[in-house]
Amino acid sequence: MAIASETTNAKPTYTKLVSKEGGAEYDLLPLHVCEETFAPLEVAYDYEAIREQVTRESIAAGPKSIWRYKPFLPVSGEVIDVGTGMTPLIKSNRLARRLGLKELYIKNDAVNMPTLSFKDRVVSVALTKAREFGFSTVSCASTGNLANSTAAISAHAGLDCCVFIPADLEIGKVLGTLIYNPTLMAVKGNYDQVNRLCSEVANSYGWGFVNINLRPYYSEGSKTLGFEVAEQLGWQLPDHIVSPLASGSLYTKIQKGFQEFVKTGLVEDKHVRFSGAQAEGCSPISQAFKEGRDFVTPVKPNTVAKSIAIGNPADGAYALDLAHQTNGNIEDVTDAEIIDGIKLLAETEGIFTETAGGTTIAVLKKLVEAGKIDPDETTVAYVTGNGLKTQESVQGYIGEPLAVEPNLESFERAWQRSRTLDRLEWQQVLI
Amino acid sequence: MSVKVLVPTVLQKYTDNQAVLECEGSNVKELVETLEETYPGFKGRLRDEQGKLRRFLNFYVNSEDIRFLDHEKTALNDGDEVSIVPAVAGG
Repeated sequence: MAIASETTNAKPTYTKLVSKEGGAEYDLLPLHVCEETFAPLEVAYDYEAIREQVTRESIAAGPKSIWRYKPFLPVSGEVIDVGTGMTPLIKSNRLARRLGLKELYIKNDAVNMPTLSFKDRVVSVALTKAREFGFSTVSCASTGNLANSTAAISAHAGLDCCVFIPADLEIGKVLGTLIYNPTLMAVKGNYDQVNRLCSEVANSYGWGFVNINLRPYYSEGSKTLGFEVAEQLGWQLPDHIVSPLASGSLYTKIQKGFQEFVKTGLVEDKHVRFSGAQAEGCSPISQAFKEGRDFVTPVKPNTVAKSIAIGNPADGAYALDLAHQTNGNIEDVTDAEIIDGIKLLAETEGIFTETAGGTTIAVLKKLVEAGKIDPDETTVAYVTGNGLKTQESVQGYIGEPLAVEPNLESFERAWQRSRTLDRLEWQQVLI
Repeated sequence: MSVKVLVPTVLQKYTDNQAVLECEGSNVKELVETLEETYPGFKGRLRDEQGKLRRFLNFYVNSEDIRFLDHEKTALNDGDEVSIVPAVAGG
């Protein structure tokens, strides 16, 4: 039996940065772009070294956080562990029955720590790396969740923080950043404009931008959403996953996570289908998929799903490739369907997700109805954020409290009225 | 006609490490030609083997992606700002 790794003394498991186009190699520095092709750089690993260090048992005995998978992550030394990861994988009964699926699971990152979205995974890795590189100020371009996470975890780590968001974000996302007292730049423009500005700032300010110059390290954190699902399914891969698509990074990294578990002998190889979810009002990847293109044409976002409103997705082409290679689908849904998706998940599973999760659930439903997910497939839907952050999106689409006087008669009248409304299948009209 | 050009870090070794340049050109295509004259090798880095602008580079004129404008033929006026940005950021 292998011995649990001494993580501080273990042989390094990550070796270099490699260009995704052309294969040029680079040292492990804060770089994110290939000088030859301008393609993204990705961390390469020594899988033999990982195989020597990990077993199912050593992982299971590790911390109850993403750091149980440390040999698969591109960091050395002391990590920032704020309890991120190991979120519940819920076996769905009521939603599964409603949709007609036999084996449906919800990976619930709406309760990820510390800021209630999957972004805590990538930020924990990025800021651990930022500290290794010696950055004293960290930053990001964000649609909201990333700003929350970067602000919170940098506060914990004692790093200075300056984050950039589009000015029109939901109030919960703004407040959920400001409370940690970073410098917050609310840019008058959409996310793609924020992102461009940050790239320009990154050129001349020596900051660690988690999703720009630290992006190769940062994005590796999303693999843990693959690792955890495989471990929580009893060390096996699902048949089909559905995840939201914004930049396309999360979607492709879940697959990288699955593949790495196969390469290191932790799970058996299996053909997993990858399906992606976009909002119709920002669906550049879905449009390309439906038109059979292998390139993504940027769009200007206009959707309630602000957290995934990226009109110019960095990993869009790779997301398209993955959907094609795995016989998956990329689909989009309207804002009304997104709200219904949020409500459906809440009413059937007791999980309140934000608009990105609503998008995923609505696309899951649409794919099942179109016969594109087999009822017998073990399917995992990734819910990546928390509904309390985007309350205004469902305002006016849910019920209202019944006002009652503090006496029995008033209660009984109200109760009768609520029964009547139920019998009439009363629905609030969308305004 | 003078245009301000913002150069990303990965291209600054062709521009004597300058992040901001002043340059001439009536449209984006012409601007690239002029940049090549001053900084030999620059243009070659922007295009792939087929001569097309590389897919991982975005060009913006006054903050607008040229794919929403007139692509390489997007006209430039005195005082415009052209930004060249690697596409692989964000998300």
